[in-house]
Amino acid sequence: MNGIKNKLTLPEDVESLREKVKDRLEQDKPCLVICGDTGCTVCGSRELVPAFEEALKERGLAEKVKLKVTGCLGFCERGPLVLVFPGATFYQKVQVADAAEIVEKTVLQGEIIESLLYADPDDGRKIACAYDIPFYKLQTRVLLETVWHIDPLDILDYIAHGGYSAMAKVLGGMTPQAVIAEMKEARLCGRGGAGFMTGLKWEFCRAAGGDEKYILCNADEGDPGAFMDRSLLEGNPHAVLEGMMIAAYAVGAREGIIYIRIEYPTAVFKIEQAVRQARELGLLGKNILGTGFDFEVQISKGAGAFVCGEETALVRAAEGKVGEPRQKPPFPAEAGFRGKPTVINNVETFVNVPLIINRGAAAYHKIGTESSGGTKIFCLVGKVRNTGLVEVPFGTTLREIIFGIGGGIKDGKGFKAVQTGGPSGGCLPEEMLDLKVDFNELAQAGSIMGSGGMIVMDEETCVVDVARYFLQFLKSESCGKCFSCRVGIQRMLEIFDRITTGNGSPEDLELLEELALTVKDTSMCGLGQTSANPVLSTLRYFRDEYLAHIRDKRCPAGVCRSLFRYRIDQELCAGCGSCAAECQSGAIVETEDGYYQIIPDRCTRCGVCMETCGFEAITKD
Amino acid sequence: MLQMTLNGLKVEVEEGLTILEAARFYGINIPTLCYLEGLSPYGACRLCLVEIGAPGPSKLVTSCTYRVEEGLVVRTDSERVVKRRQMLIELYLATCPSSRVIQDLASKYHVTKVRFAPWNEDCILCGLCVRMCAEQMQGKAIGFAGRGSSRRVTTPFDKKSEECRLCGGCMYVCPACQSRCQGPQEEQPLCNACLNLEQPCLDYFDDKMCYMDPCVACELGSNRESQAKR
Repeated sequence: MNGIKNKLTLPEDVESLREKVKDRLEQDKPCLVICGDTGCTVCGSRELVPAFEEALKERGLAEKVKLKVTGCLGFCERGPLVLVFPGATFYQKVQVADAAEIVEKTVLQGEIIESLLYADPDDGRKIACAYDIPFYKLQTRVLLETVWHIDPLDILDYIAHGGYSAMAKVLGGMTPQAVIAEMKEARLCGRGGAGFMTGLKWEFCRAAGGDEKYILCNADEGDPGAFMDRSLLEGNPHAVLEGMMIAAYAVGAREGIIYIRIEYPTAVFKIEQAVRQARELGLLGKNILGTGFDFEVQISKGAGAFVCGEETALVRAAEGKVGEPRQKPPFPAEAGFRGKPTVINNVETFVNVPLIINRGAAAYHKIGTESSGGTKIFCLVGKVRNTGLVEVPFGTTLREIIFGIGGGIKDGKGFKAVQTGGPSGGCLPEEMLDLKVDFNELAQAGSIMGSGGMIVMDEETCVVDVARYFLQFLKSESCGKCFSCRVGIQRMLEIFDRITTGNGSPEDLELLEELALTVKDTSMCGLGQTSANPVLSTLRYFRDEYLAHIRDKRCPAGVCRSLFRYRIDQELCAGCGSCAAECQSGAIVETEDGYYQIIPDRCTRCGVCMETCGFEAITKD
Repeated sequence: MLQMTLNGLKVEVEEGLTILEAARFYGINIPTLCYLEGLSPYGACRLCLVEIGAPGPSKLVTSCTYRVEEGLVVRTDSERVVKRRQMLIELYLATCPSSRVIQDLASKYHVTKVRFAPWNEDCILCGLCVRMCAEQMQGKAIGFAGRGSSRRVTTPFDKKSEECRLCGGCMYVCPACQSRCQGPQEEQPLCNACLNLEQPCLDYFDDKMCYMDPCVACELGSNRESQAKR
């Protein structure tokens, strides 16, 4: 590749290489972007790639039009997604058959294909440009924007879009102290969940003695319904590496480890590729850019334990031991990996680092709140119209996220609760929707930021069941080392089992609250300390619903199976017998007059009969 | 030597000690199940929790792992600590009601009810046996297997271990192995046979700072009060 793959030996080399690969920018060349992330792949985006290649080749455009498979474009609800640059024409639900038409009309003639456009669900208006779609328009896309433009498998693409310039700047003339000061001024808070100031963490690590230090990247994202770290690793792996390099320079580390879960094979592949390419260009290794700075990155694959996302457990797992937390202090910044000072940051935190260096701390923290600067990526999932990756500044209200960007609740149902922060976050009700999202505000409301999961629930969700579900998850993920987490969660579940089967007593609520507070106060690590959040927050905001389960033996949302039964309305039943045919437990029998009825003792409340009935004759009560 | 405040008393403590060691040096008893002198601290039983810092932003830490610092303010039996400890003891009782050590703790901490169904397990997974085997006996014959509710102490692959020299060190340190004493009552989840003191100073002072164990003044005081009630 005419000399552009030579090792870079000076900080200025990054800039001159960027000049050489400038033609990769979309301004100069039309570009077709296909989303290659999991959501779109499942919908069939992988088949689109050869289809587009074929369509381009047939028209002799293979050289003139760039075809890119990128990371997640964000609007997973509408996949597979295709973007056409220039103009950022947004096509949704694209099928193989559409490829030729897109190339023919949009790429060649600049025409827009109406049928593939996104239509505003409120007024049916078709929107052509991606940036005009409310889902994207209402976001502040700082980190995710780059994902749209770069091929994650090609380091030159990253460099063309400004990559590694922050590193060149740091190595070219900033002192480690200046880098740390910049992070502190930017008020960058760790995105892993606790929100600790990154600059302070680096400073502690730098101040800790010894010359053997480590940088650990926590890519063990295990929350159900959260995928922002995976999206960043798959969409922009070099930014993670660049962030780690800058961190290493700032604290004086020479080795970095990316601890990534093995359940993310694509992310593992892409980050491994990124490390190899960076090494080839001399951006990793010895004497980087001729500045005497050495840094090497290893990739350590986790075997799938949620608790290994906790930093002390992560350190042990990366060392090859059993992934169990230990009591802090000492904090990893003093004694971490192999007992040496270690900085552990989340993927998203590292991606923010080059951005701060490039833009300057002052410009960076213009976005965000007083206490936390910048933007945060959320995974908006659940009963919301637009699911996907959402990036907003700190301080955006929950209402703006759910009803603005998310487009409100699916199927016109009512909003009930939103759970932030993954399995150990709290459920917040409608009254709290105007809460400004940042670390402190969420903690005061009884929830957590977590790594950024956001699960929206509609009125058909039973919050008691939700709290029970998350406890069940945490029970199977608790490592069991400390007594209060191991036994406390199991005992809470016992109480939930009583409540949801109609055997709860009013004293159970008091006991549950006391127990939850004990687990929160006395557990060893973050998993146990936050495990009580779903319980405490639902008790705080939805006590009536618990009381309905306990006193009236009724589940208002009709979810807890022991607390409702199905009934066939004889007036509406047409006697077709389809419900009886579908019922697997033989609970539906024909009566003497040709109608059907359900025998409650046999019924497992699976709900298949209700779905089968074409006459709406089956009701829950 | 470091200066710190222990239950309201200004004390001097040797650097490098844990809060637990410092407290025990000054005769303040902190209950533990997973701590044993000579074995590395583990912090799993959670009973040795103490409150550090000023009352508002205070936090609970395990005294067996937390090293003393200059100016540290520690309260070993504040209301918050005692309340949490009582709940933990209740949980221990329900897990392992046959253990004498736990029954004694319940009496001492006035845990007079158990609101959970008894599991009747034999092990509280304090890990003393594992550390004893590895650190003092150089055996490393046993370890933990499984996660969460299926965690257990066992030999590798549940097979008879060749490393095990049958020294019995594991049994010697086990706090749950000692079967309960034969109290006057018939066997039930809660014995409370030794429950004879009124809950001491806690009722009188918010952060009771009593370092006598048992406290004579409290005993007299409570007797006086109960006499007055009569």
